[in-house]
Order: sequence, then structure tokens, then C-alpha cells
Amino acid sequence: MQGKSELMTYFAQQLKVDIGCTRADGLVSLQSTSCTGMCDQGPAGLVNGYALTRLTPSRIDQIVDYVNRDIPLTQWEADLFHVDDNIIKRDLLLNEKPLKGQAISATFARGLRETLAEIELSGLRGRGGAGYTTAWKWTFCSEENATQRYVVCNADEGEPGTFKDRVLLNSYAESVFEGMTIAAAIVGATHGFLYLRGEYLHLLDKLESILAARRAANLLGCNILQKGVDFDIEICLGAGAYICGEESALIESLEGKAGIPRNRPPYPVTQGYLAKPTVVNNVETYVAAANIAIHGGAWFAKLGTAKSKGTKILSISGDCTARGIYEYAFGTTVNTILADCGASDVLGVQVGGPSGVFIANDEFERKIAFEDLATGGSFIIFNNTRSILDIVHNFSHFFAHESCGFCTPCRVGTSLLKKQVDKIVEGHGSAGDIVALEELCQLIKNYSHCGLGQTAANPVLSTLERYPEIYQAMLKKISYEPGFDLDKSLETARRMANRNDAAAHLAQVEN
Amino acid sequence: MTKTFVIDGKTIPFEDGQTIMQAASAAGVYITHLCHNPQFTPHGSCKLCTVNVNGRNCSACTFPASEGQNVTNISKELNEDREKITQMLFVEGNHFCPSCEKTGNCQLQAVAYHLNMTDNHFPHFFENREVDASHPDVMIDHNRCIFCTLCVRASEQVDGKNVFAISGRGIDKRLVVNSPSGLLKDSALDVSDCAAHICPTGAILIKRTGYSVPIGQRIYDHAHIDAVALASEGEAHDH
Ligand SMILES: Cc1cc2nc3c(=O)[nH]c(=O)nc-3n(C[C@H](O)[C@H](O)[C@H](O)COP(=O)(O)O)c2cc1C
Ligand code: SF4
Ligand code: SF4
Ligand code: FES
Repeated sequence: MQGKSELMTYFAQQLKVDIGCTRADGLVSLQSTSCTGMCDQGPAGLVNGYALTRLTPSRIDQIVDYVNRDIPLTQWEADLFHVDDNIIKRDLLLNEKPLKGQAISATFARGLRETLAEIELSGLRGRGGAGYTTAWKWTFCSEENATQRYVVCNADEGEPGTFKDRVLLNSYAESVFEGMTIAAAIVGATHGFLYLRGEYLHLLDKLESILAARRAANLLGCNILQKGVDFDIEICLGAGAYICGEESALIESLEGKAGIPRNRPPYPVTQGYLAKPTVVNNVETYVAAANIAIHGGAWFAKLGTAKSKGTKILSISGDCTARGIYEYAFGTTVNTILADCGASDVLGVQVGGPSGVFIANDEFERKIAFEDLATGGSFIIFNNTRSILDIVHNFSHFFAHESCGFCTPCRVGTSLLKKQVDKIVEGHGSAGDIVALEELCQLIKNYSHCGLGQTAANPVLSTLERYPEIYQAMLKKISYEPGFDLDKSLETARRMANRNDAAAHLAQVEN
Repeated sequence: MTKTFVIDGKTIPFEDGQTIMQAASAAGVYITHLCHNPQFTPHGSCKLCTVNVNGRNCSACTFPASEGQNVTNISKELNEDREKITQMLFVEGNHFCPSCEKTGNCQLQAVAYHLNMTDNHFPHFFENREVDASHPDVMIDHNRCIFCTLCVRASEQVDGKNVFAISGRGIDKRLVVNSPSGLLKDSALDVSDCAAHICPTGAILIKRTGYSVPIGQRIYDHAHIDAVALASEGEAHDH
């Protein structure tokens, strides 16, 4: 989005390597990556798994110099890897910096059952997207008859445009771990996992040392605070695929298998990791739970709407002056948010990432809430210099690339959708193509195995509903045009026949 | 008292732990399917068995039957969508039925007949897929693989060998062979293995047996797949 292709070309020129290739000396290869969770400090890259931020031609020169001199990463200037939090607006959660152990002590002091009751009272719903009531999830898990249970923190954060979990892990990790520990005490789990997005490798050492310090302080390990609760947390690095954020695919990945969503039922709360009852929650959900344990359910529920209590942390990126992290009470309008982050001349906003919804500029009185604009946190602003079709084109390629390929409707459907969108965007669409597009979208949405496929058509469906005229304007005034380029497919034949005269070319259709 | 649920108005008895597919099959109700075979753990990937359960689409081969469910199996919408899912499988690979040894015995083709599919509807991918004819007795034509994983499951669950696996993501998914060279000849596959005979399409074929039954006298030349499936699989589900 931020001059990426120009920078990429510059990088390739300077490194003297083609994009997608390894240089002859084997020192370096250059590849394009999808969103790395750094949209607030892009353009960004990764080197040996570590994030490079705020890339500019001069920073690229510096990197190229290091590469060419074969300087180890540890000796590169630290600023190249510096990741800012960019917290711009704080509310309930981001204002709190509880003392180490405070949430756990409060939980033990109040009692486990009583704390679960506070979490239920708070109305807390999952922050990872689906919005399931957290207290119910914990209750179901605790009621399963099992010898072992697990608590998992989903820090895969793969939805393009979100980076709030990165910030929470960087600056609020103690609360994340306390939230997990409270969940473990309540459901009766002795082992937990933090499933960390591979692109957040730069956070690993820091998180490990926080865990070590917590063990030393008896906030993790055996007999936590002498209350007879045993619990420890292990960090697992993600496999680098968006689908691994889907909870059952995440569990498969934790078990060392390919990230493919399971058949449900059974759900993870009954049969999750190693077929044992497992709670999977988002990073932000645990932070909220830890603070609720300290301040009580009413403290949290005083903000928000009837169906969406408390606050939501948004990752704001795209066309605005202040990209970063904003915490808002649920029920805040898009207009308020746009004013705060300095967005003007706005065409629309993609709320909830590619799987969410694209809202047009006559809908900005709508509210962030589960019952209106539900979001895991991604909020991408597009101004009037952007083209709707470009946006849809990018998202449809994203889903075709991220489909795990397990089920037919998504595996084949997202690739067909990509082709169909390309056909229209490139000006080869004809009258029947919009109907075909919509039909395909419904098929993918209604028959796919998991949330990825079920939402993959959302960018097309939500823009088709709002801007039918933009799609229509791309269509040719003929009744049918084939999906393939006839003349291009003759290229091999021309080469073999050693011909390139006019008669060796065919027009697609008579215009 | 036996527990029951309803499919298209018909009452179906079931036992706890049965899937909708198992109970339906035992009661003589056919639900279209390709990746399901009662001998193996259900997979739930082809989505041809999608039925509507109390208003929600579910895969019958994996979804547990429960008391009082109201299931729609046959409707215009479901059958049209199943036809499109079948068409997706056809355009994804390269299926030239008239020149395929499996024609007439192929479940993909038979399901297409069953759903009255007359064209491929979607644009073809024309993917370049390989043929592995290295093994003395068995060949794989990847052009016809629909990733149902039946060979994977058969090799693992019946032959105890793990000869096959599916690798790759999205449309680049491929069947791979567990051998140092990646070729079938260097794998543990034997022609008598269950995995060599389980493929519902013409992707895995036994060499030197082609056309021993002439075209015109093959399974689905004479019977519909629903009748064939119920006759063979209904029983398997009972056990
Ligand atoms: C394709 C896909 C990707 C997902 N990625 C994430 C993710 O990165 N982080 C997350 O917390 N939830 C993600 N989810 C939602 C999880 O499946 C799950 O609902 C969530 O972790 C539950 O936690 P919560 O109740 O606290 O929201 C994803 C879902 C799908 C379908
Ligand atoms: S919907 Fe897509 S991502 Fe989900 S299981 Fe099916 S192919 Fe995989
Ligand atoms: S080779 Fe046949 S049995 Fe194996 S996955 Fe492909 S279609 Fe299924
Ligand atoms: S038969 Fe159920 S999904 Fe394939």
C-alpha cells in the first residue's frame, strides 16, 4: 500500500537480484511477503524472520550494504528493527498497568468461582473475531470430564491490517500471561501455550524472559502463590499462515501437523489440543480478563453497548495522518474514529480486515460493535485516490493465496474468484460476468469448511452491494467474452511456427 | 426407544455416535459423497454431502446425528450447488472422461451424472500435472486427483504404510508419495494394497488391467450411483 512496488524494485536493483530469486553468491534472496503486522510502520520487511520497519530508499541502501559485506544481523543498526507501539488513544485497558501478580492475587482473594462470575457479569466476548462469550467458553471447558485441560493464547494475528496484539505483547505481556493463568486456574489447566505469529519473532526473547521472571516470582510453575494451582506457559512460533489463526487449525499446528481446520463438532472446549478440553482466546481477551479480575465485571460493563460491553482496541492503518493503536468504547461511530486519526476525503473503510466489511462514506455513523460493525481490530482507511476494484483485486488474491486447500468450495472457489475478479478488473468482463461473480461468492460463502472460506467473498459481496455501477462500468457491451486470452494462448504456436505476422494473431471477439 | 431424526420428511433411526451419513445410508437414503467411504475415518473435504440441518449447512459425513434434527438432503438449491461443487472438481483437474480408463467406473463421473451435470460451467485451470508411471504395477495420473485422501487413509489405516500424503496449500495442493525420490516405484506400495484400489476417480490405476471390462458394461453404465452406493455402503455402515 505504501509505495511497496517502487521500494521492491529499488531493493532488487540495489541488491542486484530478481524478486523471487536467490542471488548467485547465495548470500541473499528477495521475496514479496503479505501483511506482517507492521501496517503502522510500513513499508516493512523481514530478514531471517526479524521485522525491518519504516523502509525508505536510504534504509534500503544501508541494508544492502550490510548484506553485501555479509555483516551478521546482530551487528546491524538496531533502529532498522525498531518497532514502535504507536499507542494513540487509551481507554479502560490501555490505561491500566497492573502490578505484577495483581490480577492473580485478586482472583485468589475473591475466589475462582466468584471471579468467573465477575467475568460473566462483565459481558466480555472474545476479541479474536467471532465474539463468543468468554465466561461460557471457560465454563464449558471446566465442566468437561477430563484429566488434562489446556489454555491457549491465540497470538497469530494474521488478519491484514491488525497489529494490536503485537503491541499488547510488547507492552502488556504481564497482563496477557495473568489472564491466561486466571483462565487456567478457573478451568483447571496446568499447561498453556502462546501461539506467536512467526513474524513477531522479534518479541520472542523478551516474552521468554518475562515468563522466566514470572516463574521466579512464583506466578507460574508449581503451587502458584501457595494456592495449590500449577500452571506454566510455553511459547510456540506460528507456521506463517493466516489459516493457523483459526482455532482448530492452530491446535493442529501446535500438535505438529499441517494447519488445517478440524471438523466440528467436537469443538476445542470439549476436544482440543491432544483431544483434551482446550480454551483458545485472543491476546486482548486475556488482557481484558486480567483487568476484570482486578476491577470487577461492573467496571468493564459500564462502557460499551447492550450487546458489546467494554472497549475494543483497533489497529488503524491506511490513509490517515496518525496510524496506530486506538482503544474505543464499543458503540463509537466510524466518524469519530476517522476524525481522531486524521483521515480526510475518505472513500471507505475496511472494518474487520478482508474477511470483514467494506463500508462506504455514507455509512460512517455506524458503530463499532458486535451487533453492527464487528471487528477483530483491523480498520483500514482508503481515501478517494484509491480504487475499489484494486482493493477487491488485492483481497481476492489474498484469499486464493491463503486458502489451506482442504475443502473444494474454498480451494477451487477462491482461485476461481480471483480469476473472475481479474477478468472484470482487466476489462474483459461482459454482461453475464457479474451474475457469475455473485453466484460464485454465494457458493464459497455457504459451503466452505471454515471461517476463511465463509468470509473470503466478503470484499466482493460488500463492494458489489455498494458500488454496482463501478463493476458495471468495467463490462464490455457484448454478451459474452471467454475467461481466457485467446491470442495469448497462441503464443507457443507462434513461437514454434516462427511466425508473428498479423495473420498469426486472433482477435478475442469481434468488437 | 430408538432415537430418530428426519431427512426430507422421512424418519431416520440412529444410534449415538453415528453421523448423519451413517444413519441415512443404513436407512436407505443416499446423500451424494466423494471423499467419504464407510471403511475409513470421515474427512469432510469434498463438501458434496452438504445437507441443511435445522437451517445450517453441514457435512453429513462428519456431522453427528442427534434427536429431532430436521435435515434437508434433496432440494433444488442443494442439488444445483452440489452440481457446481462437482464442476469445480472437474475444472480444477484435467478430466477427459472419454479417454480415461476409469470411465464408467468413476465415482466423480457418476456423481456428475447423478446431478445432471452437462458442462463444466467454470473456466478450466488447465494445470500442468504429472503422471507417475514408475511403479511396475500401479500408476498415478495426477490430472485426475480430487484430493479426497482416500488413498492416504487406506494406506495409513488399512495397509499400515503411509505411502501417500497431501501437501501444498490452496489450488497448489498435490498428492505426494512418501519415498526418497518422490516416485511411486521407490515407495512401499504393493499392487495388493488397499490404497492401490480405493481411488474414486482414475487417478490411481492398476497397470495391465485396463479395459478388461469393456466400456458399456461398467458399474455406472447400468446403475445409478445412489443405488450402487446404498447397496455396498449401507451394509458397511451397519457393522
Ligand atoms: C481464518 C481465520 C483466522 C483467524 N485468525 C485469528 C487470529 O489471528 N487471532 C485470533 O485471536 N483469532 C483468530 N481467529 C478466530 C479464532 O478461530 C478464535 O475464534 C479465537 O481465537 C477465539 O478467541 P476469542 O474468543 O478470545 O476471540 C481466526 C479465525 C479464522 C477463521
Ligand atoms: S474454507 Fe478454505 S481455509 Fe477453510 S478449510 Fe476450506 S480450504 Fe481450508
Ligand atoms: S489419488 Fe485418488 S484416492 Fe488419492 S487423493 Fe487423489 S482422488 Fe483421492
Ligand atoms: S463426503 Fe462429506 S465432505 Fe466429502
